[in-house]
Amino acid sequence: MLRLPRFTYREAGSIEEAVRMRADAGPDSSYVAGGTDLYPNMKRRQQTPATVIALSQVRDLRRITGTPRDGLTIGAAVTLTELASHVAVMEHYPAVAHAARVVSTPLLRNMGTIGGNLLLDTRCNYYDQNYEWRKSIDFCMKRDGEICWVAPTSKRCWAVQSSDGVPVAVALGTEVTLAGPRGERRTPAAALYRNDGIDYLTKSPDELLVSYHLPAANGWRASYVKLRRRDAFDFPVLGVAVWVELAADGTVKTARIVLGAVASHPMEIPEAAKAIVGSKLDASAIGAAADAAFRPAKPMDNTDFTLGWRKEMVRVYVQRALEEVAGRATADNWRR
Amino acid sequence: MQPLVSIDLPSRQKVQAAYVVNGEPVEVAFAPHKTLLEVLREDLALTGTKHGCELGECGTCTVLVDGVPVLSCLALALTYRDRRIDTVEGMANGAALHPLQDAFAELGAAQCGYCTPGFLLTARALLAANPSPTRDEIADALSGNLCRCTGYLKIFEAVELAAGRMREAAPPRPAAEKGSR
Amino acid sequence: MTKKYSVIGTPRRKVDANAKVTGALRFADDLVLPRMLHCKMLRATVPHARITRIDTSRAERHPGVVAVMTGKDLPIPFGILPISQDEHALCPERVRFVGDPVAAVAAVTEDAATEALDLIDVDYEPLRAIESIDDALANPEPRIHDYSDDGNVHKVIALEFGDVDAAMAGADLVREDVFFYEGNTHLPMEQHAALADWDPAGKVTIWSCTQTPHYVHRAASKVLAMDPAHVRIIATPNGGGFGGKSDPFSHEIVVAALARATGRPVKICLTREEVFYCHRGRHPVLMKSKIGVRKDGSIVALDFTSFLDGGAYGSYGVASTYYTGALQTVTYQVPHYRFRGARVFTNKPPCGPKRGHGTPQPRYAIEVQLDRVADQLGLDPAEMRKRILQPANSVTANWLRIGTMGLGPCIDAVVDGSLWKSKYRRLPFARGVGLACSSYITGAGLPIYWNNMPHSGVQLKLDRSGGVAAFCGSTDIGQGSDSVLAYCIAEVLGIEPVDIRLVTGDTDLTPVDLGSYSSRVTLMTGNAAIQAAERARDLLAQAVAARLSVPIERVTFAGRRVFDAENPRDGISFAEAVQAAEAKFGSIGSTGSYTPPRSPGRYKGAGVGPSPAYSYSACVAEVEVDPQTGIVRVPKIWIAHDVGQAINPLLVIGQVEGSVYMGLGEILMEEMTYRDAERRVVHHHPSMLEYKSLTTMEMPDVVTYLIGDPDPNGPFGGKEAGQGPLNPVIPAVANAVYDAVGVRVDEVPCSPHKVLKALKDKMKGKEGRFGPAGMPDYAFPAPARVLTPAQGGDGREADGRAHSEVGGGR
Repeated sequence: MLRLPRFTYREAGSIEEAVRMRADAGPDSSYVAGGTDLYPNMKRRQQTPATVIALSQVRDLRRITGTPRDGLTIGAAVTLTELASHVAVMEHYPAVAHAARVVSTPLLRNMGTIGGNLLLDTRCNYYDQNYEWRKSIDFCMKRDGEICWVAPTSKRCWAVQSSDGVPVAVALGTEVTLAGPRGERRTPAAALYRNDGIDYLTKSPDELLVSYHLPAANGWRASYVKLRRRDAFDFPVLGVAVWVELAADGTVKTARIVLGAVASHPMEIPEAAKAIVGSKLDASAIGAAADAAFRPAKPMDNTDFTLGWRKEMVRVYVQRALEEVAGRATADNWRR
Repeated sequence: MQPLVSIDLPSRQKVQAAYVVNGEPVEVAFAPHKTLLEVLREDLALTGTKHGCELGECGTCTVLVDGVPVLSCLALALTYRDRRIDTVEGMANGAALHPLQDAFAELGAAQCGYCTPGFLLTARALLAANPSPTRDEIADALSGNLCRCTGYLKIFEAVELAAGRMREAAPPRPAAEKGSR
Repeated sequence: MTKKYSVIGTPRRKVDANAKVTGALRFADDLVLPRMLHCKMLRATVPHARITRIDTSRAERHPGVVAVMTGKDLPIPFGILPISQDEHALCPERVRFVGDPVAAVAAVTEDAATEALDLIDVDYEPLRAIESIDDALANPEPRIHDYSDDGNVHKVIALEFGDVDAAMAGADLVREDVFFYEGNTHLPMEQHAALADWDPAGKVTIWSCTQTPHYVHRAASKVLAMDPAHVRIIATPNGGGFGGKSDPFSHEIVVAALARATGRPVKICLTREEVFYCHRGRHPVLMKSKIGVRKDGSIVALDFTSFLDGGAYGSYGVASTYYTGALQTVTYQVPHYRFRGARVFTNKPPCGPKRGHGTPQPRYAIEVQLDRVADQLGLDPAEMRKRILQPANSVTANWLRIGTMGLGPCIDAVVDGSLWKSKYRRLPFARGVGLACSSYITGAGLPIYWNNMPHSGVQLKLDRSGGVAAFCGSTDIGQGSDSVLAYCIAEVLGIEPVDIRLVTGDTDLTPVDLGSYSSRVTLMTGNAAIQAAERARDLLAQAVAARLSVPIERVTFAGRRVFDAENPRDGISFAEAVQAAEAKFGSIGSTGSYTPPRSPGRYKGAGVGPSPAYSYSACVAEVEVDPQTGIVRVPKIWIAHDVGQAINPLLVIGQVEGSVYMGLGEILMEEMTYRDAERRVVHHHPSMLEYKSLTTMEMPDVVTYLIGDPDPNGPFGGKEAGQGPLNPVIPAVANAVYDAVGVRVDEVPCSPHKVLKALKDKMKGKEGRFGPAGMPDYAFPAPARVLTPAQGGDGREADGRAHSEVGGGR
């Protein structure tokens, strides 16, 4: 049996207490909500915090409040199952519900939380391995080693942003509230991420993600399409989130197109958005956007599938995400 | 809901926790870093719950917590204290098999039988929420449980058979019946 | 065909089904003994090296640690085949792949054992790692093993039946195609586990989830240097096997050694990562098939070459290599046949037998090649195949004796069921159908080690309560072998399966059965069980005939009664019949055993391929290919399987559906691949998450047809079902992809990037093929020549050499 290493377990009763416990425990500690990201990493000795601070008893993290007209606030410890099946989310934020719904498996979604999903550790085939496996390659710079095996001459780590929720969070212009020793702050989700496989979050480690704010559902549309090997279990090897605001005549006023799983951060492609602004999402505009997204996407050889194919799929999946937002056939329709 | 508590445990000392396992209250002492899977199998001798990876990648270790199927290999036992845990050992009513168990046995949905407890519990939660699932809904609900023997088809058929028998045994109330037509 | 049975042929639940659905069935890791210690093994983190130093002193001092062992404690080698005794329970001085075991710890908790592993210091002197087939062929040094046919080429085979070149010259069409089939693994849901208990009298018991307790018995006795009579192996129910638990494994021996050293029970359960390192799965095979045909598609000659990447140890590899050549002849008539095969050693986990053992790879090649032949000749692939079938009751060019042969009706069933004629080459672009066929052995004709004893034995004990206890070495790995044993006995004695107590897979208590491999158990155990039951029945019949004063021929057994066939009311209960027999003869017991018929082949290598009966399968796959991505989806499979007589159709269909599932996994996504940056050869993804096994979401509808006439060699006419139906699925999908989008992916798996690359090439006016460019330049020896039966041969090599040595030197 692959077991957890020993650690000190603390359980907080409130957000304030959680923050205090983390401050007390110091840097060698970690918050845990659903545990579906942290515990496997701990079993593989990728993360070995001396203290784990559980959030499971913090009721304030489990609520969904607000209205679609003014925006919804999702507590960070709301499970992915709860989020995906929440009536207002399904109706007014279908891309958010869909992105939650395609994470891993029903079993994992019953445990995993939206907070954990937004803060998911970056992933890499050289890193998401047990201690002995990593030892056999002398480790990598993300943990215990010196180099990045994906790009051995590189100074940085190329682990991949692999959450389904993150591209959607960025595309929709959502915000998050963080609580830390210096109080609470609210920041755009887009500002949370950094293109570095190790320091992939801008938040300081002692800050706790408290809530996730969905904007008012006032006429914009969004979609998320996911590429993976199997329709369960698998992390995205490519995720495309699209957000558009349409004028009354169907012309795109503003847009955001965000790629997941092609970099260490969610990769917004302004050139792709620009290609559809002013269009009615006709085939040529969609094609131009797909081309624009294809060029900067730079998948690395550290997930399932070959990187050349994954790069090619950027074009196809951006096209499919845009067709879905335009109300036409989708990749997912084709697949099932 | 339990009162909010905060606890602080040294890592090498055993802790005591209470559960309601298969309807019976139990108290058990274990090292705080143990998972629910480990406590069930090793400290409560409930070895009906199996394991295939201990990383949440196969669904073999599924148990129900307050009726919801979860991966017991990723559930820290301490976190789930005072909760209602259901394992395969609690499915039969005395000597009488649960309709899902009976259908799995009857149709050959258990070949080697190793993944079977996880499938049974996931299916049980499905039928509790949706007594008349379609084939697609069954496949979707069971998509987190891997089986290498059956190709899943006999499992789907067994869930359908059990669902039918359970509906017959407990006919839906008139209002629900109306709604379902 | 119309014979009436009361138990046989009726769908019924397995004897252990209720135990499996209640969690009552105890698998190896569920076992706990008082004072039990937990074992963990330290495994090599380098692919190829000499061990220059191991220091276990820090681990020994770790709290909770009771014993630490290294290779010097277990110096005797072992292996499944007598000719490749090349493994050690713990590597004494050399490690050959990342994952090779080098030390073991027994501690009071698994935590303590795990922590102690970090405290064992091992120094390695690296050796150059051999990464691939090409690498091994090009680099005889450093030699991975000091035995082999040729440097790092473990085994070389060259055989010719008839005169291939002369026949080929007379062909209307000659094709050469090259294929690659990537390795993959069994991935049983249950991780291997073993528990050993030391008896102070100097005996040891090992419980293990093994498919082959008899072979574990031999290996453990040898390495432990113990009298086999003092070593007991108990096979626990296997949580999935598929061939992956057919070798004796180091961990089984290590826990026994630790139990002996500590005087306490010791258990190990491998992690999923370690299961990947045990492997013994599908060999990666690079193949060339050269075929000569006439205009009607009939084959005039076949020339087949295979290179197998064997990994670091021999395992079943010699047999695997022969199997890549042996069964090409049993489906279609191949009058002249040449086979050359070579297995290389590489610094990777050892390959071995996975469901279909050595035959899915060549079957894929042949069936895809025949699809091309039909295309080129403008023939319907189904009709063409039907015209060229190997006849029933015949002997093939390589001297395999065929009995019943139901492939024609299998093809008819899937062609009709799938509406093949309205779909083949008629579906819109991106949708397609493909057809393929196959055959498989119902048990290997020869054992792993040469002996002239039975392959399976059954003992019965009948007691005066009317209970029957059956003892047999066979091992239930989920396929239902315990059930088959009970069904056969119940049928003969006229009782119900539930009346029979089963004791199986226990080397102390049960007569030898060679194990659950090569699809042998239903036929061999079944026949042994029938013989034992008939012998017991004869004793009872004599006693009952006397009691009822009727001629013995009229004594009938049915419905738990023994009665006069002409006057059924004149009879006694089965229990009374046993009492009458016990009064007459004393305690009632009987034995039965089974040895396969001798095969006519007498050449070196003739030991692999013969079987008492061959199963046949035909499959039609329907696919959808996304031309923008290359992703292949399979919405439906039609499969027909010639099983002779289904002992329990429910279980047969279960085996067929499970084979379809596993075959689809292989063609669509499963692969066991390695990283080799800086020659650090390490498994790409030893995890359930990254080793892609189909989920419920990918499984298509499957329509199964059970076909066939009872085979005279099978129990009640039964043939195998557990492996054969996997084989046609893989080429059927590959052929369907071609029908859908007009490109050939000559590699397994048929990954999206390969399909897309072929599609793009085709649009550029190129061939529209993805696959290996050619074969390595390797000089095989001149083949041993054997005249075919049609040439009047006698089964011996043409120079008159006869080989008593079997299994190609097994």
